[in-house]
Amino acid sequence: MPGIVSPGFFGRRREGGQALPPGQYLVRDFPVLSAGPTPRVSPDTWEFRIVTETGEQRTWDWKAFRALPAVDVTVDLHCVTKWSKLGTAWRGVSVDVLLEGIETNAEYALVLSYGGYTTNLPLRDLLGGLAWLAFAYDGSDLTPEHGGPVRLLVPHLYLWKSAKWVRGIDLRTTEQRGFWEQLGYHDYGDPWLEQRYSED
Amino acid sequence: MSVALDGNTMAGALGELFAVDVSVAVFECAGCGHTGVVAEVVVYADAPGMVGRCPHCFDVLVRLVRSDSRAWLDLSGVVSLRIDI
Amino acid sequence: MARAAVLGRLTWRVGTLVSFRDETAFTRTLVFQIPGWPGHLAGQHVDVRLTAPDGYSTQRSYSIASAVDGDLVELTIERLSDGEVSPYLSQVLSVGDQIELRGPIGGWFVWDPEVDSPAMLVGGGSGVVPLMAMVRTRAQLGSATPFRLLYSVRDPASVLYGPELDRLRSDPMLELQYAFTRQTPAGFSRPAARIDAAFLDEFGYSAALRPAVFVCGPTGFVEAIADLLIAAGHEAHRVKTERFGPSGGSTG
Repeated sequence: MPGIVSPGFFGRRREGGQALPPGQYLVRDFPVLSAGPTPRVSPDTWEFRIVTETGEQRTWDWKAFRALPAVDVTVDLHCVTKWSKLGTAWRGVSVDVLLEGIETNAEYALVLSYGGYTTNLPLRDLLGGLAWLAFAYDGSDLTPEHGGPVRLLVPHLYLWKSAKWVRGIDLRTTEQRGFWEQLGYHDYGDPWLEQRYSED
Repeated sequence: MSVALDGNTMAGALGELFAVDVSVAVFECAGCGHTGVVAEVVVYADAPGMVGRCPHCFDVLVRLVRSDSRAWLDLSGVVSLRIDI
Repeated sequence: MARAAVLGRLTWRVGTLVSFRDETAFTRTLVFQIPGWPGHLAGQHVDVRLTAPDGYSTQRSYSIASAVDGDLVELTIERLSDGEVSPYLSQVLSVGDQIELRGPIGGWFVWDPEVDSPAMLVGGGSGVVPLMAMVRTRAQLGSATPFRLLYSVRDPASVLYGPELDRLRSDPMLELQYAFTRQTPAGFSRPAARIDAAFLDEFGYSAALRPAVFVCGPTGFVEAIADLLIAAGHEAHRVKTERFGPSGGSTG
């Protein structure tokens, strides 16, 4: 429901000429949004666990995780709060590598974070080179503020799906909604289709 | 930088939904049983929605998301709200 | 006990800027006329909504700086260089222009004139704004309730409401003490420093007096002061706090 227009107010400059998804504006800084206090997880205690729909588990500690092949990727980020940051440089392990050899009939994934955050997405959106577990940003270790030691990066979806402080993925045959999806955010979240809320 | 605010921050958004001032209501945390005034809930307001956490145990008490035409409110983290009328 | 006069859901009202005055080089007080304004209690705030011609809108919260005055409400806006809203409100918005406001909001962080206890007000930076509403309300009512305002501010150029506070402190029951954290005025009795336990001990009310305490400012300031107050024996339920975002408002 639009309000009355205040003369001379334009909000953040929404730069033209950039291919941004609808409703987004470009930022040069890197906003930090959080639903709670920043978890502080040390590599000594860090673990990542994948659990399949049959209960089969696979776990990596920090050493095992860092022994996996890592790649450098440059991606655009689109936050549902309307800011976009283009050309961000990350280093991480492709989720394909972690899921390799795991037998599953699951179609859905629930991503779990230290601190209790969760988010859901179709399993296929974590495969095929679409997602990474990132441990470095812009050439440095990923800071806790931005989700370190490790965050999920799924840039083709809104950034709330790129769970910070990630600690595991549950593979599921039925969809379970995560933290924001329970509160009206979209189960899929394609920024190009502007799928912000569940009725979009 | 995501900084914690307090329940005064939620009062306006909740005031849109409730006919009473919820910020002076007394909550009981479903996680730890702590009771307190909603105004003193620890609030993270930059996220895609507002999140209110128990000042004692930091469990989520309340979540609020607002789109143009709709609000979603989750109060499952509180056992009850006591409101003087 | 006085209650926040909120019955029924809050809705957006239109406010027209009728005048403004610059408090410092980067802070401006805006005076809005809001038809149908139901009045407010000292310490309450409003949400402000701005809408751009393309329909984009955003909101911020601001404490009400003024005592009740019919349908006039004053807000004091600190301009943040990278802010989205504060540069507009403090530099562009002109007399006759309109914004939307929702309020009054918040029945917790309010000063109740009917309670006799002395009130200790501790403000950091723009946290002094709702405390000033309390000071002004007290003056308007001719109240004799003892007040101590402890105002922490970066430097003399950042002081809000300086001349008015100087005038008001001629009332012996209203005491004011500044803490300058970066640069003091010439000849100031205390070196540049944050408020600490010794400062509260010297210039605040003791816990034995059971004062109502109001602490407002950035989160870090509020939590540091609240910790000092509790350590000094003030009971937690007598210490009311209001945290601003790091920008002093709700993120600029």
